[in-house]
Amino acid sequence: MLSLAAVSAGYGSFRALFDVSLDVEAGEAVGVIGPNGAGKTTMMRVISGLVPMDAGAMTFDGRSLDGLSAHRIVERGIAHVPENRRLFPRLTVEDNLRIGAFIPQARAKIAERMAWVYDLFPRLKERREQLAGTLSGGEQQMCAIGRALMSGPKLLLMDEPSAGLAPLVVQQVFDLVRRIRAEGLTVLIVEQNVQQVLEVVDRAYLLEVGRIHLAGSSAELKNNDLIRRSYMGL
Amino acid sequence: MNPPRAINPLHVAGIAALACLIALPFVTPAYFLHIVIQILLWGFIYTAWSIMGRFGFVSLGHGAFMGVGAYVPALLWNYEGVTPWLGIPAGVALSVLLAVVIGYPCFRFRVIGHYFALVTLALSEVVLRTITAARDITGGSLGMTQKLAGHSWYALQFPDKRYFYGIALVVWLGGLLVWRWVDRGIEREALEAISEDEEAAASLGIDVMREKLRVTVVSAALTSVGGSLFGQYLAYLNPETVSGIAVSLQIVFAAIAGGMYALLGPTVGAFLTIALNEGLRVWFGTNFIGAANTIYGILLILFIIFMPRGIMGVIENLRMPRRAPAPAPAE
Amino acid sequence: MDIYLLEAVINGLLLGGVLALLALGLNLIFGVIDVVWIAYADLVMCGMYAVYWLHVAGWPLWAASLAAIAGVAVLGVLVHVLIIAPVLRAPPINQLLATGGLLFFLQSFTTLLFGTDFRNIGVRLPIIEMGDIFISFARLLAFGFALVGAVALYVFLKRTYLGVAIRAISQDREIMGLMGVDQRRIYLVTSLIGGALAGLGGCLLVLQYDVHPFLGNTFGPLIFMICVLGGLGNMIGGFVASFIISQIISIGGYYYSTEWAYVLAFTLFIVLMFIRPRGILAR
Ligand SMILES: Nc1ncnc2c1ncn2[C@@H]1O[C@H](COP(=O)(O)OP(=O)(O)O)[C@@H](O)[C@H]1O
Ligand SMILES: [Mg+2]
Repeated sequence: MLSLAAVSAGYGSFRALFDVSLDVEAGEAVGVIGPNGAGKTTMMRVISGLVPMDAGAMTFDGRSLDGLSAHRIVERGIAHVPENRRLFPRLTVEDNLRIGAFIPQARAKIAERMAWVYDLFPRLKERREQLAGTLSGGEQQMCAIGRALMSGPKLLLMDEPSAGLAPLVVQQVFDLVRRIRAEGLTVLIVEQNVQQVLEVVDRAYLLEVGRIHLAGSSAELKNNDLIRRSYMGL
Repeated sequence: MNPPRAINPLHVAGIAALACLIALPFVTPAYFLHIVIQILLWGFIYTAWSIMGRFGFVSLGHGAFMGVGAYVPALLWNYEGVTPWLGIPAGVALSVLLAVVIGYPCFRFRVIGHYFALVTLALSEVVLRTITAARDITGGSLGMTQKLAGHSWYALQFPDKRYFYGIALVVWLGGLLVWRWVDRGIEREALEAISEDEEAAASLGIDVMREKLRVTVVSAALTSVGGSLFGQYLAYLNPETVSGIAVSLQIVFAAIAGGMYALLGPTVGAFLTIALNEGLRVWFGTNFIGAANTIYGILLILFIIFMPRGIMGVIENLRMPRRAPAPAPAE
Repeated sequence: MDIYLLEAVINGLLLGGVLALLALGLNLIFGVIDVVWIAYADLVMCGMYAVYWLHVAGWPLWAASLAAIAGVAVLGVLVHVLIIAPVLRAPPINQLLATGGLLFFLQSFTTLLFGTDFRNIGVRLPIIEMGDIFISFARLLAFGFALVGAVALYVFLKRTYLGVAIRAISQDREIMGLMGVDQRRIYLVTSLIGGALAGLGGCLLVLQYDVHPFLGNTFGPLIFMICVLGGLGNMIGGFVASFIISQIISIGGYYYSTEWAYVLAFTLFIVLMFIRPRGILAR
């Protein structure tokens, strides 16, 4: 469904990604793990058009994504839950969700989608009139995911959804990911919480200093020595 | 950098140009001389502005220093009979005081980018409005005429334009020397470091505050002198022509159009704007007041969009393509 | 309280309304597009000329006003497309200077077209007497329409989809792309609204003041100052600051002279910038 072929990208003269190749099939959940500064966020931003690609090719559903601006990529069916959630803090929860449905095909279905999101996250419905900046960390993550779902995506990109949350809430967030999969969405998720993420994804990639170092099914990676030592502290 | 003592064609050209400038007043009509004097004085003021502007401190407050420089000696002369030889330093002192009073807290509280521009703009408004408000002594928006003393070194008044031409030439050269001194001195390295990354500069042991204040004070003092000489030359002052937002913007634009990172850039800006203005005025005649400035405004916009480093910047890039482009005015 | 002081306070309030309207327009543009239109007051001046000439040409005042608002709104879009869009990624100060070039252009172009004469629209509106207090109807009208404009903007931003998107973009510009929003379109709409508000301001001011090409130089700096005082991009702050500044000018003008009041206002502004650099209502 999504395919990156030898993608390189960076910021100005600084290169953050080197020849990254990665595939996500429809219905899969794929993880990307790696230490801080590895380029995980950069990769997600390249996919959603926030950072231009220097070399390589990207396709989605068989069509090229090269050179598309961010809003066009959303229209193709990719939604991005950004690192640190990035809600609009001075808009209400409901307005945040509404903005998520900006593209024309989503705007027509706002009511229906909103009901779906509230169904998935009843907590958001309770907080609908509250300013997003005043939500708790876990609720903010729900709101950010809900906002991304409002565009009606086929593929959901999630950048460290569990970062900065209390252990109990982390558990809830991974439950959310499972529920989203159950809704039939394809998920590409970046995490530092390796142990947990390997429980919810089918496959994962290890990204280090801008390069893919390892790829495999969750089961393989869970038993890989390098991963166990460096990322699971075992 | 310097090739072994060959004859540098640039030096030759420079000396030839200077010789022409010195010979000029003896061969040209008064009207032409008037224009050259304006180019030199404005060139001096624009150079003074760019001494700080080039480090990212884009001041819209230089109209204030010009206004102070113009009015202080004129008031002292008209009311107290104090010679401009004392009045001009008094103006400089007041300008420097204002520069420090505004500059210090700006740097201290990190008022930068357009906030800095707007605070300094407010300063130039304060001076403009003060001049207008104190109409009992300054004549307000009607302006004031200096008491005439004929040809007098004491009063720094000369009906013969050639004297002012000489003064303007000397002062302009002085301004270039100061610019070069800042450019060559360690201040420049320090300030460029500061405008790129202030904290890193501070950690290198650079006294950030002192360096910033130093260029600010130098720039304000020179601008003040420029304002004084304008007042002396015209013997008539009007708040709108020496202070306020229009003058401040004019200064910034000419410096940018000419190129504030090059020695002659601001002077080129002065030449360009004044020559353009005069040329267009002759071209359109007085029936079309405003036509000249209309074209000027369009050119300014085009400059900012397409040549933010100015004409001299482009010329320098052509000459030295290997040099990486210096940062545009920092935010 | 003596009666003249009260009159000054009321006039300050009425002036504050118009300033607040203009500050809202400038703040909207700053908040959304992140550029300072230093020529904003000159757009207002263009609006004043538009009303003046259309009215002189025989249009009724309301029609002339509507046409002026529409015209300046289009001008706002042109400003964005021709001047701001090319420098959107340039350092902020270059953006400010680009609109400074526009200031020169508008002032000289109107000089070219209309000369430097002060022109008065010549609509004589009554003076209202309340007890011993005299209030000009033109000012009252301007205040009323300014409030209507401000409320309309508020409702638009609060209640419409596009309005919510505009508020969102001023809170997090970059992430808007991920919402499927084409920022360029939002910028165009914002410039259109900012222009329309300037046009409305022009309609209201032309009833009270003579128009001339350099009018923007007198109250332009005042509007920036209000916006900065309120916190650039903070609309409520700008609204409050308008009334503070207009009272300083009005009451100061009553005790001393308007010019000294301006000196006071600008000095206060500088001082406040050091004490509260993010605006008087900064969180
Ligand atoms: N906006 C930026 N400008 C310049 N460099 C950046 C920027 N964002 C990230 N980087 C650099 O790119 C590299 C990868 O960062 P990032 O993609 O955020 O890593 P991760 O998400 O894996 O922690 C890091 O070295 C980081 O310093
Ligand atoms: Mg990251």
